[in-house]
Amino acid sequence: METVCQIEHLCKAYGSTIAVNDISLDVQRGEIFGIVGPNGAGKTTMVECVMGLRRPDTGTMRVLGLDPHRQGYELRQRIGIQLQQAAIPDRIKVWEAIDLFAAFYQHPADWNKLLEQWGLADKRKASFASLSGGQRQRLFIALALINNPELVILDELTTGLDPQARRATWDLVRAIRERGTTVVLVTHFMDEAERLCDRVAIIDQGQIVALDTPHQLVGKLAMGTRVRFTPGNGFDPVSLKDTQGVTSVSREGSEVIVSGSGPLMAHVAAALADHNLAPSDLRTEQATLEDVFLALTGRQIRD
Amino acid sequence: MRALFKMTWVEFKLFLREPIGAFFTLIFPLMLLFIFGSIFGNEPSELMGGLGSVDVSTPAYIAMIIGTVGLMSGPISLVVYREQGILRRFRAAPLRPVTIIGAQVIIYFLMTLLGVVLLVVAAHLVYHVRLPEAPLAVFAAFCLSLASFLAAGFVLASLMPTARTTQVVAMAIFYPMLFLSGAAGPRQIMPETVQKVSEFLPLTHVNILIGDLWFGEGWSLVSVAVLVGMLVIGGTVASRTFRWE
Ligand SMILES: Nc1ncnc2c1ncn2[C@@H]1O[C@H](COP(=O)(O)OP(=O)(O)OP(=O)(O)O)[C@@H](O)[C@H]1O
Ligand SMILES: [Mg+2]
Repeated sequence: METVCQIEHLCKAYGSTIAVNDISLDVQRGEIFGIVGPNGAGKTTMVECVMGLRRPDTGTMRVLGLDPHRQGYELRQRIGIQLQQAAIPDRIKVWEAIDLFAAFYQHPADWNKLLEQWGLADKRKASFASLSGGQRQRLFIALALINNPELVILDELTTGLDPQARRATWDLVRAIRERGTTVVLVTHFMDEAERLCDRVAIIDQGQIVALDTPHQLVGKLAMGTRVRFTPGNGFDPVSLKDTQGVTSVSREGSEVIVSGSGPLMAHVAAALADHNLAPSDLRTEQATLEDVFLALTGRQIRD
Repeated sequence: MRALFKMTWVEFKLFLREPIGAFFTLIFPLMLLFIFGSIFGNEPSELMGGLGSVDVSTPAYIAMIIGTVGLMSGPISLVVYREQGILRRFRAAPLRPVTIIGAQVIIYFLMTLLGVVLLVVAAHLVYHVRLPEAPLAVFAAFCLSLASFLAAGFVLASLMPTARTTQVVAMAIFYPMLFLSGAAGPRQIMPETVQKVSEFLPLTHVNILIGDLWFGEGWSLVSVAVLVGMLVIGGTVASRTFRWE
């Protein structure tokens, strides 16, 4: 494994606001690394330090072997950046913008292909101001990829996109990784991080509260599994208590919730089958990264 | 170099698409020319040393264009770029600040020059205005004046928080200066105290410098000194206080 981005003891304050408070992490080549956390957690500040756009107060960083602050120009030749808050002139046309950005790099990609790939080919002659939020976002991603970057940092990639566009964007991010580009993805959508990322750092109040694969993070929570269903008439759910792996049974409205561990679903389904029951809404509920965040900080991610 | 070239070309197209900037640089001076030309004509007059009213006004309008571009268009569009996050996006690319500012300065020079040429050609064709005795010297004075006004404008851009305030402050500085400097009407007809006050305004010195050279009266060294001073101080302060966001 090759480290493309190494951060050690990074700190950054704005006046009395401590935005990043002693963060250390490594990003490996070829992975999709997620940085998640609530609003104001310090995610943007942290990645802007990594991009060389902000000077950290203390701490060291190496990105692609370069010092982002002193070798920012060289670094930005080789990385792709999509900023959370940025714009290009209102009256610039899509093709002019991407053609302009191509001129900034030593080895630009074919921008016609990029526009096609990101579904902007028929917007080529549209002005930036006339684009929808999702189209602007896709244009910024195309701009971030114009130099065939080794590492691309995407800050709030899917904010402002509708659910369908979000899913389509996830596929495109996977496609970026398939080409061998390392992706750092900043988001406050836990489901996005869970679906997309190989590893996730959960940030809260400028600090890392957890860092692992989404699977491990959820697994470590040991919240166990829950099975839910609506029982038919005359079925006493208490009888499920003796089923293997079940620790508790409760009711929520018309639904029964069975908590336990192990392959709970299989055991519950078998027990129900013994009673000749096959509820059509029988389903498992897994813990999510949202639950992980709640467990680690005692707060909801969006409060 | 390729980046600067492309950037300048795009900025050129954007300038032409921005009706307000293009209007004040290219069209408005022509409007003034024709309005005042049709009111006063260009008959030689004793009061103005045998020159016509349009003869006197033409170099003064050049000073006005320089002031508009340097103090209004320049800082306002820079602050808009900053406020909207356009500078941030450019900065995230491997771009040096000089490329961004350089492209803007080149466009302002070319467009202001175009505005001046349109004005002078129209004034000459329609009102047979006297062309400058020393065109190269006038061109040099034009370059110095515009550079020092852009430098002052960029200082203003650094100091102002938003595009809105920039616009208000720029107007509050520019319009009184415009009327007092003689760029909008001859200084010779102003009361003496007003003339004295106007000597402290940089735009007055653009007016004097270009007017003197235009009518073959040579370089006004005081005006050169004022404008060079403003360029050096403004340029230094502007580059020290430049903000990306
Ligand atoms: N330029 C700035 N000046 C002063 N304070 C700032 C600045 N940028 C960010 N902050 C503060 O630093 C903290 C971290 O902000 P940051 O933008 O890094 O958070 P974030 O995790 O990216 O949040 P979001 O999910 O809302 O994008 C916040 O408290 C914010 O108010
Ligand atoms: Mg952010």
